[in-house]
Parts: sequence; C-alpha cells; structure tokens
Amino acid sequence: MRRDWIYACLLLSPAMVILVGFTHIPAIETIINSFFSTGRGRRVPEFIGTDNYATLLADPVFIKALKNNLIYAAVTIPASIILALMMAVFVNEKLRGRALLRMAFFTPTVLPLIAVANIWMFFYTPGFGLIDQIRGLFDLPAQNWVGQTDTVLYTMIAVATWKEAGFFMIFYLAALQTIPMPLREAAALEGASRWYFFRRVTLPLIMPTTLFVSVNAVINSVRLIDHIFVMTEGGPNNASKLLLFYVYEVAFQYWDTAYAATLTVVILGILCALAIAQFFFLDRRVHYK
Amino acid sequence: MNKMSFSWDRALITCAAWALALLWVLPLIYATWTAFHPAEFETRFDLTAPLTLTNFSDAWVQAPFARYFLNTTILVTMILIAQIALGTLAAYAFARMDFRGKGILFSLVLVQLMIMPDILLVENYKTMRDLGLVDTILAIGLPYMASGFGIFLLRQTFMTIPQELDDAARIEGTSIMGRIWRVYMPLAKPTYLAFGLVSVSAHWNNFLWPLIITNSVETRPLTVGLSIFAATDSGIQWSVINAATLITSGPLLLAFLLFQRQFVQSFMRAGIK
Amino acid sequence: MLTNFFKTSTTAAALALATSVPAFAVDLEFYFPVAVGGAAADTIEALTSEYAAANPDVNIEAIYAGSYTDASTKAVTAARGGNAPQLSVLLSTEMFTLIDEDLIEPFDTYLTEAEKSEWIDGFFPAFMQNSQTGGNTWGIPFQRSTPVMYWNKEAFAKAGLNPDVAPANWDELLNAATALTEKDDAGNVTQWGLRIPSAGFPYWLFQGLSTPAGAILANADGNKTNFDDPKVVRALQFLVDLSKSHGVMAEGSIDWGATPKAFFEGESAIIWTSTGNLTNIRINAPFDFGVGFLPADERFGAPTGGGNFYLFKDSSEEQKDAAVDFVQWITAPEQAAKWSIATGYVAPRADAWETDAMKAYVEEVPAALITRDHLEHAVAELSTYENARVTSFLNDALAAAIAGEKTPKEALAEAQAQAEAVLSSYR
Repeated sequence: MRRDWIYACLLLSPAMVILVGFTHIPAIETIINSFFSTGRGRRVPEFIGTDNYATLLADPVFIKALKNNLIYAAVTIPASIILALMMAVFVNEKLRGRALLRMAFFTPTVLPLIAVANIWMFFYTPGFGLIDQIRGLFDLPAQNWVGQTDTVLYTMIAVATWKEAGFFMIFYLAALQTIPMPLREAAALEGASRWYFFRRVTLPLIMPTTLFVSVNAVINSVRLIDHIFVMTEGGPNNASKLLLFYVYEVAFQYWDTAYAATLTVVILGILCALAIAQFFFLDRRVHYK
Repeated sequence: MNKMSFSWDRALITCAAWALALLWVLPLIYATWTAFHPAEFETRFDLTAPLTLTNFSDAWVQAPFARYFLNTTILVTMILIAQIALGTLAAYAFARMDFRGKGILFSLVLVQLMIMPDILLVENYKTMRDLGLVDTILAIGLPYMASGFGIFLLRQTFMTIPQELDDAARIEGTSIMGRIWRVYMPLAKPTYLAFGLVSVSAHWNNFLWPLIITNSVETRPLTVGLSIFAATDSGIQWSVINAATLITSGPLLLAFLLFQRQFVQSFMRAGIK
Repeated sequence: MLTNFFKTSTTAAALALATSVPAFAVDLEFYFPVAVGGAAADTIEALTSEYAAANPDVNIEAIYAGSYTDASTKAVTAARGGNAPQLSVLLSTEMFTLIDEDLIEPFDTYLTEAEKSEWIDGFFPAFMQNSQTGGNTWGIPFQRSTPVMYWNKEAFAKAGLNPDVAPANWDELLNAATALTEKDDAGNVTQWGLRIPSAGFPYWLFQGLSTPAGAILANADGNKTNFDDPKVVRALQFLVDLSKSHGVMAEGSIDWGATPKAFFEGESAIIWTSTGNLTNIRINAPFDFGVGFLPADERFGAPTGGGNFYLFKDSSEEQKDAAVDFVQWITAPEQAAKWSIATGYVAPRADAWETDAMKAYVEEVPAALITRDHLEHAVAELSTYENARVTSFLNDALAAAIAGEKTPKEALAEAQAQAEAVLSSYR
C-alpha cells in the first residue's frame, strides 16, 4: 500500500503538475479575480465583492452571447453527430468511388477553420457569392446571409457543423466496421429491414462511439469560435457573439481583465456541470462494457 | 425484400452520399479553383479561364509558410508525445493502483475534461510570462501536455485489460514501466489512435491561444500565420489566400488521398469503440 | 554608469567586450501592423535597413504583428508583462487607452523646441487631432488613411450620369444611386447604386455621414461622447433609409473585405472605402473609375484613420532617444513619400508631397491628390478612454438600426447612455 502510494505519486505527478498548473490554479485565480476591479495604469485592483456579477447580469451582450451559445450548441451537437453517422454509413457501403467520398468527408479535418472561413465568406457573399449565384439561376433575390441579424448565427452553425461532422465520421466508420458481417446477413435473411437493423443492432453497438463523439462535440460547442474572428467578429449587433469570443474581446480588446474573469467563471460553472453529468453517464456506459 | 427495391434503395444511398460529399468538398473545390486562376475568376466559373501559378508564388513570397508548417508540425508532435506519455502513466495509476486521495485526484482530472486551457487564456498568459516562455513553441503546447480527456480514455481502456496479464508479467519480474510498455500500451492501441487523431486535429487547428502567446515568425503556427496573412482591411484576395491554404493543407490532403486506404484500415483494424 | 560597471566587475567587462561589438549599441524593437499586404512589409524592411546602415549603433527589429487589433493585443500584453517594444504603430484611436494603461510617453520630452515646431507642426492638423491631448503629443502619424468615394465611370455613363463628376452632396448621392440601381426582369437587383460597408467597424464610415451632418462624436479629452446629438440621428436615419426606403443599397450589415471585389464585379457602382484600397482598385478595376470626397451635407467631412507611432514607457533613456530619432527619420519627406507610394497610405506631412518622387507619383495617380485634399475637411476618428468598449456601443447601435431592430433615435440614445456610464469616471 505504501509502496503503491509512492509509485502512484511518481506516475501521476508529471500529469498533475501540468493539469493543476494550467487548469486548476488559473481557474481558482480567475474566480478570485472576479471579485476585484480591473487595475489600469496606476490604479490597482480593489476588492469589490460581487459587483462584477451584478454587471454581468445586467449586461445585454452577455445575455445575448449566452443565448447564442445555447442555440449554437443545441444545433451543432446533434446536427454534426447525425450527419457524421450518415456519412459513416454511406462510406461503409460498397459504393462506387468510396475512396473519393471518404476524402471529401475528411477535408474539414485538414483545412484549418481559420483559413476555410474566408471561403465560406465567399459562399455567403450577397450577390456574387456562390449561394447567391446558384439562387440567381432560379431568379431568387440576393440574400445577405452573414449581414442579417436573424440568419448570421445559423451561417456560423453551418460552418461549425461542416467542420465537425467530417471529423466525427472517422470514428463512426471505425465503429461500424466492427459490426460483424454475418450478423447483418442473418438479419437480412430473417427479413429485417435495413432501418430496423440499424435501430436495433447498429445503434446500440456504436453507443460507446456516440458517447466519445458527444464529449468532443460538447467541448467544441464552447471552443470552436475561430470562424467568428474571420467572418463576423460577433456582429452584427452581437447576433453571432459566442461566450468564448466575448471573453477574448473583453480581456484582450477592452482590457477589462476582471470582467473577463467573471465571464470565465460563468463558462467554468456551465462546463463543470456538464463534466459531472457526463462523467456519471460515461462511467456507467463505458466502464462496464 | 425483392431485388428491385433493394437496388432502388442503393441508388438512393449513392445519390445522397455523393450529394453530401459534394457539399463537404465544396470549399476545397473552390479553393482549388481560385488558387489556379487569376483573381478576376474568383467569382466567375468559366471553364475556359486561363490557368496560372502566380497565386502560389505570390503567397509563398509574402509569408514564410514553410516555417509556419514546420512550427505546427513541431507543436503537434510535441503535444501528442507528451500527452501520451503523461497520460499513460497517470491512467495506469488510476486504473491499477490503490492509494489515498485517488478519488479526489481523479475528479481533478475529470474537471479538465471539460475546462480546457483555452478558456483560461488570461491567467495562462500570466503564467507563461512569469515562466519567461511567451513567444515560444513550448508555451503554445505546455498547457495541453496533460490531457484530462486522454487520461480518462486510457484509464477506461486499461480497466478492461485483464488483471491476470498484469500479474503474470509482475511474477516474471517485469517492472511497472515494463508492464505498461509491454502489456498495456499494445492492448490500448485503438484508444491511442483515436485519441491521437483528436489531439492532432485539435492542435493542428488551434488558433486562439497561439494567437495570443506568439509574436514572431519563428513560433507562429499555421493557423495564426494564415490569419494574419489573410487580414482583409484592404479588400479580400481569395485567390492568394486560398493558394496559401492549399500550400499549407495540401501535404496532408495528398497524404490522406494516397494513404487513405491504409489509414482507414489500420483505424478499423484497431477497432476503436 | 557603464564605466562603473566595467570597473567593478572585470569578468563582466570581459564578457561584454567579447559578445557585443559596439559596446554602446541600442536595441530597438518595433511592432507594426500591415493591413495592405506584402508591399508594405517589404517597404518597412527596406526603410529600417536603410536606417540601420546609416546608424550602425542602432539595431532595429521590426516585428510584423498582424492586423491592427492583433498588434494592439500584442503590444499591450507584452508591455503589461514588462516586455514592451520601444515603438509600435497602433491605431491612432488607441491613444487614450494607452495613456490610461500608463504604457506610453509623450514625444515632447525628447524633442527640442525647434524640433517641436519644425517636425510636429509639419503634420497635417487633421492627423494631429488623434495624436495630441492635454497639450502633449502622444502619437506620430505614419500609416494614416481616410475614407473616400470610388465610382464606376462606365456605370455612370450607362445610367446617363456625367462620369466625370462625383455626387457632391447627399441629394446628388441619392439621385445618382437611384439612377445606378438596376434590376432584372424578376425584380432582383443586379447592380446596387451605393455600398457603404458596415460590418465589423461600422462607426468609421458612419463618421463619413455624421461629420458632414455637422456632428463630432467625441470631445478632444476623450471622456464625453455625443452619440445622441440630433445631427448624428439624422445621419443614421439617412444611412438606414438608403436601403430601407430608397432601396439603393443592400440591406443588412455589409461586408468590408469584399467591398472592392463587389466594385470590380459591378455589384455596386459607388463604394466608400479607405484610401488604403487605392492601389488595389487601380490594379484590379476592369473599368475607369473616379475617386472623390465623401459627399457633403452641412459641410464636407470624413474621419481620419490608421496608425500612429507610439513611444513605450518601459525602455532606457538611450532607447527612447534612439526611437524618437528613428521616428523623425522615417517620417521625413523622402521616407514618407516612399512609404506612401508603396502602400497608398496618405503621406502625413505637407513637405512629403513636395518631394520629386511624390510629384511623379501624383502625375501618374492624380487620385492620390484627392486623398490629401480630403484631409482639409477631416476630423478625428472616434476615440475615447476605454475606446474599444465605447466604440462597440456605437457599433451595436448602428447595426441595430441597420437591421431595423431599433429606430436610429432609440439605438443612439441607448449607446450614449452606455458610453456615459463608462466615461463619467474619467472626468
């Protein structure tokens, strides 16, 4: 037992030092900073209690970013998982040109979002952009997809879904390959429809992959904001502002570090809740498999 | 199921697959189109448009993409090796050892599953400043070198490995490191592969943290290099930007196209779940 | 001090002698943002090496720091970390923020009276509005611009307008834009009359409307805004009406980056954008185009834009002296002309326009003169304490009005109230 403890210490300490140093301590410091004012120039930070939190609750931009982020997550997560599964099913069939299909679905993984955002910008450009050129063939009017407050968030969601679905496809494809062929043939002989087989056999068998993918999808719904930098900077009128982008803006453009810390604490809270929920779910499902 | 409806079914699937694939590859097709044609054909898709390579030479001359590519490669490799090394050791301790405080320590790891360093960039910047690491490749990678996600995945996998294998190796006198190396790591290969892909893809694409922590050509990864290259204050130049995108993503795409069969197969053979 | 150092520590002296060849060399680091592509970076490189060749005791390292926003982020984070560059070209509007952060120093301390009157007073006054406050000079104009109007002469001729005369006031602008807006049989617009980009930082081009309307958005001390001035409301109403009632401009927030492209493609016949685009448009426009002042209302008017040199506090006296010397050199007529010709930025001093190189350039590109003469009517770009935040209030208000979510009056009153809440503590 005692020797085990020493070994455990040796094995754990490198990872723990980094985890604690770059996650836990900064997280605690962030929480502490959220109770102080921002120091600027010669003015030092002062303890102001929960003033920052009061500001936060009254901040329309924060409320909007929070709402946007919820929509962003609520659409991106299921959409990218379902599309990924569809793609995997497609390329798992013996279709013509399967290699090309796979490569097509794989492109988002290789093209950095920050670079592709410019290309999407062209697709969405009103008038001479790709979407409008196609719409023009059917005499439909130009649409300012990125410039309208009611459509801009969905254009961002489309880009994020594009990015993620192709990536998740790979994991599903590998999972599908592990479903034994005889099982499928037997089901076909019994007269089970493809859909029935998919629902009753395939889906339960790939459950662990779905969990793996959904953890990633949840993390990315907070993290994946690169295209916002290039395409909208959160505009117009904050219609495409997401939480992490707002943190960046407050911290590195407004230089209001205390308020940025307060915003961060909120994100931390949400993520912690998700982490705990997911842990119970994951541990039960995957551990005893 | 008669044969007729089966083939209809198939045709439908083929069509849907190709439609979806076309949608997915569209950005790449567009990038290729603009990169090989003069700027006036950025928005006009005329098959008789003249071909050119000047966009590539312009992009190549205007920014040190080879250097950026190298930086990203170093960064991604460094992070992956560290994550695997540190993650494996920690995962073994969590999966196979009993010690006081295990529960607490493990929940600390789980916290990091969700709270990635990206969110704590303000504080992490201060830490890097105190360590004197601002504007180094190490600083971009360091906060990610222990991955809660990696430790968690590996622990779950290690727990499925029969304890008897471990015991047998121990009786033969194999050390802890030896057992990890010879028993656990080979059996957890699929997990390593899956995690490796997540990690490489995440850091290949990572933008926000490197943007803040790097200042110079010697440290900037591709994403940051591309973003400052594509600053659009004076009007966007899709052809040159896309040429740059192709230069930097081309090698990977080409590699995937050439080796995709081996890649997907080894991935499948590994049978990740 | 250096002699003392040598006396007290012989080993250190030996080391110092062995490693540094000119013992008194000054190292300067300077960040610059380049928004105009490759040529600008090359020019900076060429200029700094020219300076270094003439001044072997100074080592200058020019660090390309990305966009304006990136450059500010870097400079401020580095300075807060005690790792400031000596010089940096940042947006002129950052002046109050940098003062507030206690990161920069006025140039005056390092200048003689003669230099002040000869050098500082030689810059165009419009550029100095964003560079001086409280009797001190905090910024030296370098990478400066102003918005102008570009129009497609072919489209003008086709619409029956005189292609050589620009709309000079708002009425003429509206008439021209109406004549220029073309629709196809399905009723869809194929050519918009006017394009005033409003995505990202709408306040800048909006100042091209609010200034002619007779309003000044912020005071010279940077601690009071006038967003709810009826003249500002009128300007915003005019902007909103361009698309909502007159249908001569696309609806919604209009992208900045694609604006020159939209001009080349004939999507828009008149565009407003920075003088920094002149070179791009000159090379790529497939038709004859004109460059003119932004149209007048009560008066002609536009904001200035672009970047100034700032002198960072946290450096040695030698470094600051050398830095000021370098800035004086690089803004001198010959160098300023070179820079302006290569990039399209407006040479910030009258004497730069008297150089032979500049005269030859103006001969070739008469439009460059428009950019200079426009300065006579130009005012300071919106700049206050906590600039990014205060500006975002106005940006959001403009976007909300453009989207039709709020009336111009409501939106601007709200922005003014938000700005008040922040700025009142700076009075």
